[in-house]
Amino acid sequence: MSEPHTVTAYDDELRWLSRRLSEMGGIAEGMVADSLTALINADTGLAQRVISEDLLLDQGEREIYEKAVLVIAKRQPMASDLREIIGSIRIASDLERVGDLGKNIAKRVISIHTMPQPKKLVRGLEHLSELALTQLKEVLDAFSSHSSEQANSIRERDEEIDAIYTSLFRELLTYMMEDPRNISACTHLLFCAKNIERIGDHATNIAETVFYVATGQQMSVDRPKDDESASVVADPVK
Amino acid sequence: MNMMSEAATEKAVNAPADEPVIKMRGKDVCVFYGPKQALYDVNLNIRENTVTALIGPSGCGKSTFLRSLNRMNDTIDICRVTGDITLDGEDIYDPSIDVVELRARVGMVFQKPNPFPKSIYENVVYGPRIHGLVRNKADMDEVVEKSLVRAGLFNEVKDRLHEPGTGLSGGQQQRLCIARAIAVSPEVILMDEPCSALDPIATATVEELIHELRENYTIVIVTHSMQQAARVSQRTAMFHLGVLVEEGDTDKIFTNPDDPRTQDYITGRFG
Repeated sequence: MSEPHTVTAYDDELRWLSRRLSEMGGIAEGMVADSLTALINADTGLAQRVISEDLLLDQGEREIYEKAVLVIAKRQPMASDLREIIGSIRIASDLERVGDLGKNIAKRVISIHTMPQPKKLVRGLEHLSELALTQLKEVLDAFSSHSSEQANSIRERDEEIDAIYTSLFRELLTYMMEDPRNISACTHLLFCAKNIERIGDHATNIAETVFYVATGQQMSVDRPKDDESASVVADPVK
Repeated sequence: MNMMSEAATEKAVNAPADEPVIKMRGKDVCVFYGPKQALYDVNLNIRENTVTALIGPSGCGKSTFLRSLNRMNDTIDICRVTGDITLDGEDIYDPSIDVVELRARVGMVFQKPNPFPKSIYENVVYGPRIHGLVRNKADMDEVVEKSLVRAGLFNEVKDRLHEPGTGLSGGQQQRLCIARAIAVSPEVILMDEPCSALDPIATATVEELIHELRENYTIVIVTHSMQQAARVSQRTAMFHLGVLVEEGDTDKIFTNPDDPRTQDYITGRFG
């Protein structure tokens, strides 16, 4: 934000939105990290906690939405202020979705904690989630500093997540073909991987919003490649 | 010679159909009140059939610029205007220009509704009569009805045309003033904060009217309400300390202005 507003209460309201959004970001990050820890350690207690935390994000999204509507009604914001408020609404809903995805991983932890899990795959998931979490963290930094450059580089890096996701997808298929008893756990892990990949997409969405808030321009439409798992098929068993 | 006419033909053919027509052109306009300079080298084109909003903090020169468009500043002895202002390419400050005729072509509506202390009918017919635009009662009736209809006031006053204009509500009085302005068939209408003395409903009626008038007239409006400028205009010009800071499409100015002064002003950050 450049100069303060003549009406200081207006600045307070914008700061409130930004602070609430950072809180939501912190909770979302924590939920995703915890859900992965719970998965790796088969820790159902932690998974339960993640599930219960989702309420906080739902509440945060609703509060931001209501406050944003109120600020628009009261202040009739213009230009960068207006972009920031609309951006807050969009980012809050992305973060809420990130929380849902973390919660979904936690639920799967409870379903599969008794089943044997291929260690290598779980580690692959861990790596994927580290990347997604870094993206999420950086995009939230980019939002608070209004950095369009940072937003740009975040979008570029989503490609890496997609590539790892696609290779995990192949590996999971292989495990399932090797031994049908793996199918149940692997399917759950596959959804976990997909969830993490989606979290990366939400980070990218947020990066696009941050870019628009900061510059007033939309990012170019040609987004880096999507994940290619849609075209992966298992070789027929010979 | 031949080549020139060919080039001219080509240009006319290639000119895009939606190329804006410039109705009034201000070039290097400076305005002085005695020793004090109020406007500095303003270059601003007013597009035909477009609503152009002039915005900026008090004392920025927007009203001064507006008033120089129909030589209202002539009424102030110490006021001096330099640079060129043209209407359809014709210099309006040329000594041969008839100022009364100019003001019929470039009409004005003021901040506070100022109907004459006469009947509604007389308010509207006054201009056409002194400009010799009406010859008989039928002409007058026609121009009164047409102007009041265009100003969106006719239905409200048709049964009391001979009652005093000052007896109308504020919003109605302002629409009467707009009817009076359009009765002389102007080409450009200048509005100096036309809604600042009106309640929100009367404001909405006047804004709706501005929207409709745009089809037939070129409108320049000075307003202190950012929201009003954003709602009614297609082009916006931002003034600050006598300088034209930025000018462009209204949609752009209010979502993503180029100049930090515009940004600060429209977001309410001016110190």
